[in-house]
Amino acid sequence: MSANNIRQGYNFAYLDEQSKRMIRRALLKAVAIPGFQVPFGGREMPMPYGWGTGGMQLTAAVIGETDTLKVIDQGADDTTNAVSIRAFFKDLTGVKTTERTTEASLIQTRHRIPEFALQEDQILIYQVPIPEPLRFIEPSETETQKMHALQDYGVMHVKLYEDIAHFGEIATTYAYPVLVNDRYIMDPSPIPKFDNPKMHQMPALQLFGAGREKRIYAVPPYTDVKSLDFEDHPFAVQQWQESCVICQSDSSFLDEVVIDDKGTRSFICSDTDFCRSRVELQAENSLETL
Amino acid sequence: MYVAVKGGEKAINNAHKLLAEQRRGDLSLAELSVEQIRQQLPLAVSRVMAEGSVYDPQLAALAIKQAAGDSVEAIFLLRAYRTTLSRFYTSEPLDTTNMLVERRVSATFKDLPGGQVLGSTFDYTHRLLDFTLLAQGDSATTAQELEAIKPQDTKLVADEDEEQAMTRVLKMLEDEGMIVPELDTGETPTDITQDPESYPSDRSARLQSLTRGDEGFLLALGYSTQRGYGRNHPFAGELRIGEADVVICPQDLGFSVDIGSIEITECEMINGFARLSDGEIKFTRGYGLVFGRNERKAMSVALLDRALQIDSYDESAESPAQQQEFVLSHCDNVSASGFVSHLKLPHYVDFQAEIELLRRLRKDKTAQEKS
Repeated sequence: MSANNIRQGYNFAYLDEQSKRMIRRALLKAVAIPGFQVPFGGREMPMPYGWGTGGMQLTAAVIGETDTLKVIDQGADDTTNAVSIRAFFKDLTGVKTTERTTEASLIQTRHRIPEFALQEDQILIYQVPIPEPLRFIEPSETETQKMHALQDYGVMHVKLYEDIAHFGEIATTYAYPVLVNDRYIMDPSPIPKFDNPKMHQMPALQLFGAGREKRIYAVPPYTDVKSLDFEDHPFAVQQWQESCVICQSDSSFLDEVVIDDKGTRSFICSDTDFCRSRVELQAENSLETL
Repeated sequence: MYVAVKGGEKAINNAHKLLAEQRRGDLSLAELSVEQIRQQLPLAVSRVMAEGSVYDPQLAALAIKQAAGDSVEAIFLLRAYRTTLSRFYTSEPLDTTNMLVERRVSATFKDLPGGQVLGSTFDYTHRLLDFTLLAQGDSATTAQELEAIKPQDTKLVADEDEEQAMTRVLKMLEDEGMIVPELDTGETPTDITQDPESYPSDRSARLQSLTRGDEGFLLALGYSTQRGYGRNHPFAGELRIGEADVVICPQDLGFSVDIGSIEITECEMINGFARLSDGEIKFTRGYGLVFGRNERKAMSVALLDRALQIDSYDESAESPAQQQEFVLSHCDNVSASGFVSHLKLPHYVDFQAEIELLRRLRKDKTAQEKS
């Protein structure tokens, strides 16, 4: 690849071509076995582990000169780490970046799925801290590998049941476990369970990278993704009584903002692009809703 | 009203400027050069090379300067640089028996071929602050004395005759059949920098993880074995510091080439005896090798190497130091520091999800109590 406007002395997208090839091989396997965690020879990145090195390695492995990259953290393009990662790829690939979900071909995300529905020609890359959904129940990797191989997922259902016994409902609000393609239980990364339904039959390719734990997994386009639940305690997403104070949306994930020392709160969209697009459209249509 | 910060980019740039300002300190004082760090903080350089897993004293010194003296940050800088390097050759195994020894001690034999050579060590210093260093920036030893001193001068019992070769302590016990031998199985070692760890890991993978593991973590775990959490009755059989030749044998060349030497610290620990599968009773052993000068680290690695050999001696993993997944997956400080520090990243969304649930649960409870 040519390296016109990229930082001198570095390869396109930082990683050397051998490392990228190694990651792409792992990716092919991941796409072929939806939800299965593929070990890969994760490399050190110039950002700390836990700050998105897995997602960055995937982005580095799939990005090309014609791509348009969007990076979000907590749904927002302007959070410090999103700014930093976007600047990194701009510096080391020279590709176009955008804040608009609809314009991006690659979206690297931490903790959210954009509110606008993604399309077939897009790739969503998740940053994953702990890829193993069973880790909080069983700390040993040797054991969890066996459990996945044997589809021995009883403990997960017991854990969810215990939640119901203690709190009256399943008390997992983010990183809510899903069953992919009716085979593997998968950690959707710490997105709020609000976003889980968007993963089901999504037209875009979803890639997950855990750098520190050296695992890659994927959900190919149009794959079944089911949030675990019980017949008498069906899965449900969060709802707010409030709506966004900026765009008045009552259907998006809202962040709570404390605005004074009396604990007064207001709510705003966590997805900044969604919020801004609505405001723009409202201005155009003189306050008609989206 | 919109609180989420635009202008994050500017704030980040300014934060980096402020960091540079703090690193530089008082502008009226001369700036510390990378060469000064390399020459005068050699033990800091050793640690950064070992855990950064690149043998390059100059780059390690640069990393220490850039990191304002934070070892873990410097290690991370070197590690991140390491990934961008091409790998040309795999060296032949280091021949530490014939290394140029600067220090060599054994705690198991009073005298032995080659003798006890104290080398440079803090061991017998009294830990009294030396205020002469503060006063004139100079030690009590004169420059002439510094230039004249040689490692041979630190030999415990001076040889009357000519120098004897330094045979290995554990090899002598091996020849006597007293200790389990260390055998080259001829297998290609695992490469933890290229392949993800898989458990159970073999000894080559374990030793690689340990040798670049966090010194403090390994020290604490090694210490725990001495206090009864996985006791393995260690004796410091032999400890060596010196220069070992690095030899490569390129396939297209057909013969080996000496490409230079590296400073290393090697520790061979003699551990409590065990009955082996063939019925024999022998001492067991642990091994530690690290870049640069770092006995504390080499000894900790050796203690843990032995602690992690439980499968070879039919021992059970009762203590943390004996559990390989626990030790190996937590000893890397680049991973550990990254993941702990990531808690500083925004978690608005997850926290919002939690707070929403908690409010609802509390409201349900209040409603229930009222009715």
